[in-house]
Amino acid sequence: MFDTLSDKLQGIFSGLRGRGKLTPADIDKAMRGIRLSLLEADVSLPVVKQLTTAIKERATGDEVMSSITPDQQVVRIVNEELTRLMGGTKVGLAMAPSPPTVILMVGLQGSGKTTCTAKLARLLLNDGRAPLMVACDVYRPAAMEQLAVLGAQVGVPVHMDTGSTDPVAIARGGIALAKRTGRDVVIVDTAGRLSIDDAMMAELVAIRDTVKPTSVVLVVDAMTGQTAVEVASAFDAAVQFDGVVLSKLDGDARGGAALSIRAVTGKPILFVGTGEKVDALEPFHPDRMASRILGMGDVLSLIEKAEQTVDVDDAKRIEERLRGGNLTLDDFLEQLQQVRKMGPLGQIMGMIPGFSKAAKMKDVEVDERRIDRIEAIINSMTMPERKRADIINGSRRRRIALGSGTTVQEVNQLLAQFKQMQKLMKRMGKGGMPSLPMG
Amino acid sequence: MTEQKGEDGHAAFATLFGLDAPLEESTPEGGARRGFLRRFKESLTKPRQAISPQLAGVYASKLVNEATWEDLEEALITADCGMPATMDLVDALRAQAGEGRITSGTGLARALTDEIGTRLASKPPRIELGHDPTVVLVVGVNGSGKTTTIGKLAHQLSSLGQTVIIGAGDTFRAAAVEQLAVWADRAGADIVRQSPGADPGAVAFDAVAAGRARNADVVLIDTAGRLQTQNNLMEELRKVSGVVGKAMEGAPHHVLLVIDATTGQNGLSQARLFSEAVPVSGLVLTKLDGVARGGIVLAIHRELGIPVVMVGVGEAVEDLQPFDARAFADAIFSPDSGSGE
Repeated sequence: MFDTLSDKLQGIFSGLRGRGKLTPADIDKAMRGIRLSLLEADVSLPVVKQLTTAIKERATGDEVMSSITPDQQVVRIVNEELTRLMGGTKVGLAMAPSPPTVILMVGLQGSGKTTCTAKLARLLLNDGRAPLMVACDVYRPAAMEQLAVLGAQVGVPVHMDTGSTDPVAIARGGIALAKRTGRDVVIVDTAGRLSIDDAMMAELVAIRDTVKPTSVVLVVDAMTGQTAVEVASAFDAAVQFDGVVLSKLDGDARGGAALSIRAVTGKPILFVGTGEKVDALEPFHPDRMASRILGMGDVLSLIEKAEQTVDVDDAKRIEERLRGGNLTLDDFLEQLQQVRKMGPLGQIMGMIPGFSKAAKMKDVEVDERRIDRIEAIINSMTMPERKRADIINGSRRRRIALGSGTTVQEVNQLLAQFKQMQKLMKRMGKGGMPSLPMG
Repeated sequence: MTEQKGEDGHAAFATLFGLDAPLEESTPEGGARRGFLRRFKESLTKPRQAISPQLAGVYASKLVNEATWEDLEEALITADCGMPATMDLVDALRAQAGEGRITSGTGLARALTDEIGTRLASKPPRIELGHDPTVVLVVGVNGSGKTTTIGKLAHQLSSLGQTVIIGAGDTFRAAAVEQLAVWADRAGADIVRQSPGADPGAVAFDAVAAGRARNADVVLIDTAGRLQTQNNLMEELRKVSGVVGKAMEGAPHHVLLVIDATTGQNGLSQARLFSEAVPVSGLVLTKLDGVARGGIVLAIHRELGIPVVMVGVGEAVEDLQPFDARAFADAIFSPDSGSGE
């Protein structure tokens, strides 16, 4: 049921190839598919309508009707329209001409403000700036302590006053402290609040008027549904935010909220939160987000991730050995581990076009466990065995199975697969590095 | 009036926990119940106001025609019900209209709230106690409101005379234990905790062991927020649940999945994958006090049949309430809930 939009469109259009002409009924069917797909991605309904109208107009034009691959044309159009609506190019955070730059973090309860505050501080610190974090959440128990702990983790000082119940005074104190101690960016964390809570919104306005922020940043949970636009509009009406951080994007949420907020308020998405650790905050790429909403995968992010995690020297060494035609079980294991370093398999698979996550989650989980077993099997082999797989006879297989907690059949299976791979390598001769058979 | 609310809440919670109603409420039971429903509905009027422009149009129509059905469909989608649940509901109501049972907008309104109420009430919400102790595991994604829910739940249990032990199983998030300690203190509950970064399974085991040793009635176990796609963390959760089962046979007796009412279609994935890891027995819908309508529970109920047991409708301790399907349907989808009958 979670087919990607591209799959859906291919389904609609595949029967039409060669007929040369699309009927209005075909287009309507395609539009329904697009509408459903966008709604499943939590794009807000008015934005969905706006999009489907624009897409329909282009889809009934010549560029699709006369194409021999109308399905791909429509996907391309949808992708373009989404990217356009999301603002085209990425936007950074504005810095004040004269320090300190003040960033005010706002949002609903549980959207991830405090975590994002720390992540942002770390990013700025790595950029050579001297940030200060200010803890203004006087309501949630231990909220200030949370920021203090995170501050210690990222190495950024925190201004707080656990005895105070006046967030405006704490904010004022934070700015004064930054000026006194030469901190050039102040990030003010505030309590989560409902957009309809007038008293709390008034407090936010008071904080804003006191700290006079360079930017007000709204933190939005990527899993937010149809209310995203209302919430964003309400915060915009009260404190006029300048940009959005989309948090918790490392799950399988498609993040339609981002598109909706951008489309309705015109405010750019600045960063996305992509993990639990304090370094998991990345710049936002509108085109990649478009692919994600479409369920078309995110090849660019995958390549980036691979570049970050795969050790170039290791990869070269393995490649050289492959060219020589003698792949060992050690190399095989190493390659497996490199893939795993990139993150949970499910997350990686989700970035590959054609793998709709939810539908294939079960298979992926099984794979993860299978790889554990393969690792265990190879780890139970002696060094000579790993170098020359053909010396592994029956009694060695029994020992390996016993040592790795698997069965002889599994060991046999792995060795057979490995043999096949070796053959493949030899045949490929001087070709590049092949990818692993993951299935 | 304030006192009245508290008593109403007690009665409803006593029912939720399968306990005898507290003594002071042997007064006319119907009256107390109505009062509680009113409060529940009052606290839900805000989300209704957000949806009313759309539904108001539907309900105002004299005739039910194709445009009415489309408007209704859109209203349900905007409430985050999701496409399959929306189509189910619309089809069911269309069938009723086909039999001539719905002819006007007001008729449609009544049929819609009836339909939603009936669907969600297929299982009455219960968190039965009666084990020694009853162990409740609370799970959910980051920021959904697990810790706050535990705090409020502990408070309700304490005020019903139950002794509560809280296991601070979120050893990952900075200051999560401190946050829970404040809640435990407010509720007069004991807390079992270890240092940050400790094994959550060990904390859970200790909490259950402490519950047995001290003859507690209920052990509430907090867990770290985790996105449902993080396989290693879901595996950890499975382990925590397993360890609890080792500490006491048959435990955990209840696993509550906490879902933020602003959650969109991802909520379905949350319910699916958390259920695969641990035996989720009930949903807690939090933060229903904003513009959120929480329609995702309809989608979850449709696919997985997991009942909603409690809703959080505000910041105050007594704003966590047992779920009432009818009141929920009325408050969110009924045209006249704002005026309070």
